[in-house]
Amino acid sequence: MTLRTRRHVDRLFTLLGVVCTIALLVPLALIFGYLVARGVTALNFEFFTQLPKPVGEVGGGMANAIVGSAILVALACVIGLPIGILTGVYLAERGRTAAGSTVRFCADVLNGVPSIVIGIFAYTLVVLPMRGFSAYAGGIALGVIMLPVVARTTEEMIRLVPTSLREASLALGVPTWRTTISVVLRTARGGILTGIMLSIARVAGETAPLIFTAFGNQYWHGGLRGPISSLPVQIYTYAISPFDDWHRQAWGRRARADDADRGHQPVGPTPHARPARG
Amino acid sequence: MPNKLEVASLRAWFGTTQALHDIDLVLPERAVTAIIGPSGCGKSTFIRCLNRMHETVPGTRVEGRVLLDGQNIYASGVDPVQVRAKVGMVFQRPNPFPTMSIFDNVAAGLRLNGVRPSRDDLAHIVEQSLRQAALWEEVKNGLHASGVSISGGQQQRLCIARTLAVAPEVILMDEPCSALDPIATTKIEALIHELREKYTIVIVTHSMQQAARVSDYTAFLYLGRLIEFGETKKLFTTPERKETEDYITGRFG
Amino acid sequence: MTLDAPQPTMSNAAGVDGRDAASTPWVNVAPLMSTRRRRNVGDAVFRALTTGAAWSLVGVVVAIVAVLAWECAGAMRTFGWSFLTVQKWDPVANEYGALPFIYGTLVSSLLALLQAVPLGIGTALFLSEMAPSWLRAPVAFLVELLAAIPSVVYGLWGIFVLVPWVRGWVTPWLADTLGFLPFFQGPSYGVGMLTASMILAVMIVPYITSVALEVFRTVPVAQREAALALGATRWEMIRMAVLPYGRVGVVGAIMLGLGRALGETMAVTMVIGNRPEISASFFAPASTMASVIANEFSEAASDLYVQVLVEIGLVLLVVTMLVNILARLLVWRVGDAAAGH
Repeated sequence: MTLRTRRHVDRLFTLLGVVCTIALLVPLALIFGYLVARGVTALNFEFFTQLPKPVGEVGGGMANAIVGSAILVALACVIGLPIGILTGVYLAERGRTAAGSTVRFCADVLNGVPSIVIGIFAYTLVVLPMRGFSAYAGGIALGVIMLPVVARTTEEMIRLVPTSLREASLALGVPTWRTTISVVLRTARGGILTGIMLSIARVAGETAPLIFTAFGNQYWHGGLRGPISSLPVQIYTYAISPFDDWHRQAWGRRARADDADRGHQPVGPTPHARPARG
Repeated sequence: MPNKLEVASLRAWFGTTQALHDIDLVLPERAVTAIIGPSGCGKSTFIRCLNRMHETVPGTRVEGRVLLDGQNIYASGVDPVQVRAKVGMVFQRPNPFPTMSIFDNVAAGLRLNGVRPSRDDLAHIVEQSLRQAALWEEVKNGLHASGVSISGGQQQRLCIARTLAVAPEVILMDEPCSALDPIATTKIEALIHELREKYTIVIVTHSMQQAARVSDYTAFLYLGRLIEFGETKKLFTTPERKETEDYITGRFG
Repeated sequence: MTLDAPQPTMSNAAGVDGRDAASTPWVNVAPLMSTRRRRNVGDAVFRALTTGAAWSLVGVVVAIVAVLAWECAGAMRTFGWSFLTVQKWDPVANEYGALPFIYGTLVSSLLALLQAVPLGIGTALFLSEMAPSWLRAPVAFLVELLAAIPSVVYGLWGIFVLVPWVRGWVTPWLADTLGFLPFFQGPSYGVGMLTASMILAVMIVPYITSVALEVFRTVPVAQREAALALGATRWEMIRMAVLPYGRVGVVGAIMLGLGRALGETMAVTMVIGNRPEISASFFAPASTMASVIANEFSEAASDLYVQVLVEIGLVLLVVTMLVNILARLLVWRVGDAAAGH
């Protein structure tokens, strides 16, 4: 092969790289474009303040789904954040031991469990004993999904805190637990918060584990022990329905959910997509 | 002695930091030239400019001329790939390809350059390259072992053999012994001594003793400028410049 | 034990903060520090808390497997292993076979990989080796954005944009050019295996890209330089140094993508057509393990019906766990190798 040919091969593959990248970004552009085009017309004041109207009546909003999603995410945080952060601390401090490896391994496995399977888990554990769909069941399902993401981000962020900082605190005679809370976690605060936002963004968009736990509700929810509406489930219900007005609203919902997501996206790989280093 | 490489007003940058200021230097053929100077003086940058490796780091820039046999390697239309096949390089840390065997490591450059020798010829070239690198006796019974299964000193000689296999005219060595123990260092130095018969060698070293032991000529770089260049013996015994004298007598900084 | 603090001299105390020594009473710190004795309690409590949290996470994983297995024990006893090989799915007649769903999950995921792997690896190589540096971060960010879109939105886009497009353009074209193959024959409804695999490909490509990108970034500069110094072109450098070095990690990245594809539910449910049959044609509607659960779980009337769906969930869980575990092991190996260098 002459150098000329080798140069051509090189250019060909560079071109292929460019083509791959563009082909990957096209769907992104299409989805955003379509979303804005279709979604903006459905967004108005009513959309955020009104309940859904029965089919046939014009108007109506999805205030109940917005509130429902917020409640579900809050419940998920109550479960997922404390356990997740404490697990992250455990992994950062004792991750090199056999026990630490086991826990990390389980976190990665849990991260890979399909969310619908977690839905079945919450159904069996909460819905069956409580004899009914409930916000609790949905919150627990989302909390379990959050857990490994929060734990692994916390671990990685804590590992970035220099040992010298930690040692400086310990050398002052500060107990280990205080050092961890006031020095280590404090220093890693920014990164951990990003991880938390990321996990919230992820669970806020989850649908599969909610359809038979929180179920959905066309009205305001009647307490956490009853079924509750949420944005993704509402989108799903509307999208698979045959009614035009509902379709338009489904698009509107997306435009809003998307605004919420965009703020939480840090540059760089998401924690759950990052290869772990032992 | 004819000149192999001529460097004229060579300047190099990392981003906005200028690392080399107007270097003019002539490197004689079939001789060993050592580049010495304190850390950060631009030694490595300088030799990486000689085979256009400097520009592979993002954000870097080179100006000036480097003539290889009278031809400017920075002229437009010159392919850096071709330059690098003629001007080989050995790096600070041994870097054999870990996924390839010893044999394949040596053959890698040939295969790249589209040379398709017969099986026997290839085996022959690999053997002669390994012999030239004084490694043959140690690895001849394990040519299909991984390139990283041997010791650090052997790995570095493997990297030299890999460079020799593509028959370069110039070999650049960027502190080739800095990651090696004294015994391995001795072996590499003996090797450089033999290779000078056939190749033009430029070696960067942080050790003045090493420069004195292996080189015919020495260039002293300081803060990105060429301070002095001359025959090694002369430079180390009767330096012309005050800075050089301070450096070689250890009265520096 | 409390240490007796040495009394500082007056000149010292005044010297430190520059104030008049007489107006600054000297505080004996030593007694205050005696609270340090409680640190053992604090440490023990904190340690117990973190350990408890960590093991509760392990407990959740074990519980998920156990709960699912317990819940579907009845169905397991009724059908045994033949459950996995029977094609017939007729809940009304109480006939349940999981094969159409296993087939649907595997085929849709593999088809998705076929589309996503070249795109993902190509993009990762472009971003790590070829793109000018100002372009890398923004494009990597956009790819991440793709991973952040909720799956139900992909489904929505799939129903209203992709399905009509596939029906109108993609399937006629495929039938014309590759119609001699059984995969590309038969009527096209837009919804079906092909559309589902396309949506899946778009959804998993960000994962493959970002993991592959990380893997390529672990390739030491020394390796690239070794190839370049031998006179390799950029592509030859990639083939010689980057790809062999990152091989294992790239396989890991693909497995992680596969894990995602296998378990993906909503988007697939919305575009696959949900017909529990095995058809040779990729144009035909199909169904996956996840989609049948999403569709039928809340409507399942009999206990056996629910148990069967839970058993499908268990099969899905086991398959994705195996794929993910394998992927993690591969990606970890690369991380260890990189750390060793």
